[in-house]
Amino acid sequence: MPKLTMVQAINLALTQEMEKDDSVIVLGEDVGRDEGVFRVTAGLLEKYGEARVIDTPLAESAIIGTAIGMALAGLKPVGEMQFDGFSYIMMHQLEGHASRYRARSMGDWHVPLVMRLPYGAGVRALEHHSESREAMYATVPGVKVVIPSTPRNARALLVAAIRDPDPVVFLEPKRSYRAFKEEVPEAEEVMEIGKAQVVQEGEDLTVIFWGAMMRITLEAVEEAQKKRGVKIEVIDLLTIAPMDGITIAESVKKTGRCVIVQEAPRSMSVSSEIVARINDKALMYLEAPVKRVTHYDVVTPYFGREMKYIPSVGRIRRSIEETLDF
Amino acid sequence: MPISKVGSFSISYLQILDENGNVDTKLEPDLSPDDLIKLYRVMFFAREADQRMVKLQRQGRIGTMGPSTGQEAAHCAPIFASTEKDWMVGSFREAGARLMKGEPLAQALVYYNGFEEGNRRPDQQRLLPISIIVSTQMLHAVGIAYAMKYRGEKDSAVIVFFGDGATSQGDFHEALNFAGVWKVPVVFVCQNNQWAISMPRSKQTNSKTLAQKAIAYDIPGIQVDGNDALAMYKATKDALDRAKAGEGPTLIEAVTYRLMMHTTADDPTKYRARDEEEQWWAKDPLVRFKKYIEKKNIWNDEKQKALEEEIKKQIDDAVKELESRTEFKPDISFDYVFGTRHQEIEEQRQEFLDNLRKEAADA
Repeated sequence: MPKLTMVQAINLALTQEMEKDDSVIVLGEDVGRDEGVFRVTAGLLEKYGEARVIDTPLAESAIIGTAIGMALAGLKPVGEMQFDGFSYIMMHQLEGHASRYRARSMGDWHVPLVMRLPYGAGVRALEHHSESREAMYATVPGVKVVIPSTPRNARALLVAAIRDPDPVVFLEPKRSYRAFKEEVPEAEEVMEIGKAQVVQEGEDLTVIFWGAMMRITLEAVEEAQKKRGVKIEVIDLLTIAPMDGITIAESVKKTGRCVIVQEAPRSMSVSSEIVARINDKALMYLEAPVKRVTHYDVVTPYFGREMKYIPSVGRIRRSIEETLDF
Repeated sequence: MPISKVGSFSISYLQILDENGNVDTKLEPDLSPDDLIKLYRVMFFAREADQRMVKLQRQGRIGTMGPSTGQEAAHCAPIFASTEKDWMVGSFREAGARLMKGEPLAQALVYYNGFEEGNRRPDQQRLLPISIIVSTQMLHAVGIAYAMKYRGEKDSAVIVFFGDGATSQGDFHEALNFAGVWKVPVVFVCQNNQWAISMPRSKQTNSKTLAQKAIAYDIPGIQVDGNDALAMYKATKDALDRAKAGEGPTLIEAVTYRLMMHTTADDPTKYRARDEEEQWWAKDPLVRFKKYIEKKNIWNDEKQKALEEEIKKQIDDAVKELESRTEFKPDISFDYVFGTRHQEIEEQRQEFLDNLRKEAADA
C-alpha cells in the first residue's frame, strides 16, 4: 500500500469519485489552475476539465449557494472554502437551505453536497486561518459534520461524504495535511459517517479526541500509560454530527473515567455535548468528573502565542493523571 | 494621453399593452385566442385565490401569507413563456406562477396552514418550494442552470423570482456575477413592487432603475411594465430563447406594485399613502388584459361570469380539501432530518412520542 499524506489521500478520494461518477463536480476559489492553496485538488483540472473543476469568483455564499442548486438538479458538488475563517458566510445558505430542503419538501428534494474546509491552528498562519468552529456547524439539524484525523480515514470518510444523501461539512485538520504519512489502499475504502472509532482499547480511562488532536493525544496517552501502568481506551470521534453517543457511553460505562481533548474553545462546544451525553447515558458509572482539555474561551491569538492556548501533550497527560487520581 | 470612452450603456423600457387595454400591434406577441384566454384565466384564478386566502387568514383558517394581488402579470406571464422543461425558483409572492407550474391550490393552502406537505413536489415538476430568505434562492437558480448547461439540456432554462428588496442583498450580486461569468441559462425576474415591507423603492437603492444593475455584469437588462402581461411574456420569451441558445442570463425588472400588505401580519397604512395605492389600482394588470381580450372579441361578460363561478367552485373545493385533511403524523419531522437513519434521532423520536402519550394522559 502506498504511504500518503492527508492532502494526497483526500486528492485520491476526489480523483476516484470523479472518475467513477460524472455528477461529481469540484468548485471553489483557486481549486483549478492553482490546484487549491494546499494542492488538495492537484491534477483534477487537467483530468476532468473546466466544466467539472470550477475556479469560482471570490464569493463563499455563492460557492455553497450554487452548489445547492447543482445538488437539487442531480449533481454531487464538492465545494471548497479556502479557510475556516472565510467559511462562516456559508452558514446562511447552510442553515437556511441546505439543511432544510429534505424536511421542507418531506423528502421530495434533498441536497447531497460536501463543503470541504481546512480548519485549525498550528501552521503559523495569519488571522482567521487557525480556528476550530466545528460546533457552529454541528448546531444545525440536517447537517453532517465530519473531521478526519489521518490520511486513511480522511480518504474513506470523504468518499462516504460525497456519496451521502445529505449536506456534509468536511473539516480538514490543516496541521495534519502534510505532517505525517499513512498507508492508504488504492482499492476503494469507505467509512460510515455517524460512527466514532475505538482506536485503542483499555479499561482504566477513556480519552476522546478528533481531528488535529490525534497525534498529541496518542503521545500523551502513551506517556500516561507508561508512567501509571494503566490501559487507556482512545476514541476518535470522526463524525461530530450526528454524534455517536453509543460508542462514547459504552466506553465510559466500562472505564468510569473520561478526558476529552478539543482544539476549540470550551464553552458551548463539542466537548460540552459529549459531557451531556455521558450525563444522559453513563452518569452512574463515573468514578471521576469528566475532564476537558480545550482551547480557552478567548479570541484565537496570533500564531506567536497560539500553541500555548491549544491542548499540549503535557496538559493532556496531566489531565489524564488527575482524572485517574480523583 | 486623452481620456477615452470605454463603454456606454442604456436601459430600455418595454410596454405593449397600456392601462386602457390599447396594444402596440408592432410588438404584440403572436399568441392564439386560446393562449390569451388561458393566461387570463390563470391570472384571474390567482387573484381570486389570493383574495380568498387573505379572508381565510383573517378567519384564522390559515396562517400568515403574503398576497400577490396586483403582480399577476409579472409572475404568470414569465411562466406562460416557459415550458415544463424549464425550472421555476420562486420567492414567496408568485402564487399564480406556482399554480401554472402544476401546484394545486389545495397544496398551497396546506403550506399556509402550517404543514410541509404543502411543499411536496407536484408531479416531478421543476418547481422548488417557496424560499423565504430574501435573495438566497437566486444562487440556487444559478446552480441549477449550471447543471442544465453541464448536462447539455439545451431546451431547459431557469426562471428565478425575487423582489426589489433582494437587489440590496449580497446574494443578488453573487448570483448575477456567477451567472454572467458562467454564461448559464437563467432568467432573473425582479418583481419590483415598489415596497420592501415599509421601505420604498427610492430608498432601497440610488439606482434609477433596477434593470441597469445588469450592466455591471455585462448581461442584458430590461425594464418592463410588470402589469402588462404581453410585455412580460415577450421579455421572458426573448430571454429564455437567448438562454437556451447558450447566450447566458438576463435580468428583467418588472415594474409592478404590491397592492396589498406585505403579509397578513403587516399594516401598510402605517407607512404609505392610500392615494398611491389608488393610482396603482388603476393600472391593474387584470383589468387591462380583460379589456384587451374583449376588444379582440374573444371574451365577454357571459364568459366572465361563467369563469367567476367556475373559479369560485375550484377555490371552495380546495378549501374543503384543506379542511377535510385528517392525516397528521406528529413525529414526521424525525423522518426528514437525514436521508440515513441515526440512533440519536430515533431515540429522540421515541422520547417525543412518549411525551405525547403522557400529555394525552394528563389531559
